[in-house]
Amino acid sequence: MSFTPSNNLKEEVSELLTHYPESEKRSASLMVLHAIQEETGYISKEAMQWAANEIGIKPLNLYELVTFYPMLREEKAGKYVLKVCRTLSCALAGGMSLHKNLCSKLKLDPAAHGLQTTKDGKFSIEFSECLASCGTGPVMMCNDNFFEAVSNSKADDILSKCE
Amino acid sequence: MPQEYKLLLKNADEPGYSNDIECYERNGGYQAFRKVLAIKTAKDSNNKEITPQAQLRTSVLDSGLRGRGGAGFSCGLKWSFIRHPNPKPVYLICNADESEPGTFKDKQIIYKDPHQLIEGMIISCWANHVNLAYIYIRGEFTEGAKILNQALQEARKKGYLGKDIFDSGYDLDIHVHRGAGAYICGEETGLIESLEGKRAYPRIKPPYFPAALGLYMCPTIVNNVETLCNIKHIVEMGAEAFAKLGTPNNTGTRLVSLSGDVKQPGYFEIETGKVTLGELINEPVFGGGLRDGNKLQAIIPGGSSSKVLRAGETFSIEDKEIDLLDIPYDFDTLMKIGTMSGSGAIIVIDDSRDIIECLANLAEFYAHESCGQCTPCREGSLWMNKALHRLTHGEGRKEDAEYLKHIAHNIQGRTICAFGEACAWPVLSFVDKFKDKFEEKVSA
Ligand SMILES: Cc1cc2nc3c(=O)[nH]c(=O)nc-3n(C[C@H](O)[C@H](O)[C@H](O)COP(=O)(O)O)c2cc1C
Ligand code: SF4
Ligand code: FES
Repeated sequence: MSFTPSNNLKEEVSELLTHYPESEKRSASLMVLHAIQEETGYISKEAMQWAANEIGIKPLNLYELVTFYPMLREEKAGKYVLKVCRTLSCALAGGMSLHKNLCSKLKLDPAAHGLQTTKDGKFSIEFSECLASCGTGPVMMCNDNFFEAVSNSKADDILSKCE
Repeated sequence: MPQEYKLLLKNADEPGYSNDIECYERNGGYQAFRKVLAIKTAKDSNNKEITPQAQLRTSVLDSGLRGRGGAGFSCGLKWSFIRHPNPKPVYLICNADESEPGTFKDKQIIYKDPHQLIEGMIISCWANHVNLAYIYIRGEFTEGAKILNQALQEARKKGYLGKDIFDSGYDLDIHVHRGAGAYICGEETGLIESLEGKRAYPRIKPPYFPAALGLYMCPTIVNNVETLCNIKHIVEMGAEAFAKLGTPNNTGTRLVSLSGDVKQPGYFEIETGKVTLGELINEPVFGGGLRDGNKLQAIIPGGSSSKVLRAGETFSIEDKEIDLLDIPYDFDTLMKIGTMSGSGAIIVIDDSRDIIECLANLAEFYAHESCGQCTPCREGSLWMNKALHRLTHGEGRKEDAEYLKHIAHNIQGRTICAFGEACAWPVLSFVDKFKDKFEEKVSA
């Protein structure tokens, strides 16, 4: 399988490369990986090869980032990725039961820690560490959106708005 | 009556205030930068010329501003480590990683008043002869990164950024760089590695400051969002007036993030040291007290990495006995009582909570976030997490408390970066202060 970037992505990557000094294009790596993941939902080996070529580095230089940074994914996730904060302030505000409830609604395992996806590929859920919104816990994200003080009924609402 | 003092948060939450440049300018925005560009070269007593930039750097030193990211190091002193003129380009990076558990203050500025940060950065860059700067923002703030990009674009259009800014001969551009979910990117050398396109492995010290060797092996200043915003206010009000805010050696204001078991969690801005821990937790203008008639059990005073304080503790400071709740919230007093104000994040734990579960929760955070370079940190954080979860699952052993301390002692001071202390300190302090709870856990 090869990777065919859209024109948008190509443009974005060339723009990103201008943000760093001439001899330091490797700096663009993380931003380029974000751009790929935003477009395709994950980062395939082929995409890494393409991106490495654009940046002028080795694919390995990108692979070691994908395996290090928790937000980057090598595999497709659900259409909606839910991240539930598990760190102390949210845990005190009920983050654990929020996660449990979401899992039971989605028929997923509440004891699992890593990313898990529903059979129909619509939802993925995972725990995340402190999301910097601790005053309004429990906090969760649905794709890029933050949701604060998420009660059970609010969680239902969030799920039902996901088409 | 203790009060909020709004300097950085003066506008952010006002009705009708929006995050675009017109609104910022209507509220006096970018006037501080214009003021800076008008500073004239001065002469010292030996008739030696002092550049406008050097004058501003002195003023930041005189203001007493201390870093708001965690360590509370003098901002002016940090800047003074860089020689001018420098044969290499000097870089400035705004640390917008905001990842210390309990902290949610920088977010308020980034989302609601981004131009305040940008103006603070422009002035700081100008003062340090920086022509290229970055905002390193945590990956989850996707929206925040968009807001900043939009704001930077507006600032470019208006000529606050770009080439030959307002015919001053000064060039500057600022770019947003997103992290991707790793706590260790908040540590400044990990952040620099990450910005260079590598794994965020913190660098071996020395050099102790990126001012010597930072981004691309060039002199680099890393400052927190809140620190950089303060620079604008130092220019606006003058170093002397700024230094009168707060208390001696703890000048200016602080953004405090309050979370956990209080009625009104939230963020507040106070004059540093003018409000006590007790007031922050209990006063109606701040936390409003504990919920459901519960009593205070513990306070984590400066982000999850700071040492815990137990309700009822008293401290003797300069021969005076001071109750925990009467401790003024500042850098120095919290250090004197053996902890720190860190990132300004207070987490309140009431007596309905299992304190060991709270520590186990934090231990899991550190076990997950260790970058894995140093054996004591990588292994120790995992062992501590395991032992604590054993305790919370009714499988604790009598010797676990000592075992935890033993591991923590073998981490602190033996690692490449201060994450070692960050994961050891909670464990050491919880075990010290809640020994009885550990004993109960095992005998129960
Ligand atoms: C493990 C670790 C995590 C850190 N996380 C952050 C962070 O999220 N934000 C921040 O501003 N500083 C963080 N710091 C502190 C930075 O290393 C650095 O001291 C700070 O950005 C300096 O800015 P200041 O002088 O303006 O405070 C962290 C430090 C350590 C050791
Ligand atoms: S102390 Fe921990 S986080 Fe810091 S460099 Fe070592 S292993 Fe990484
Ligand atoms: S603890 Fe959940 S957002 Fe900080």
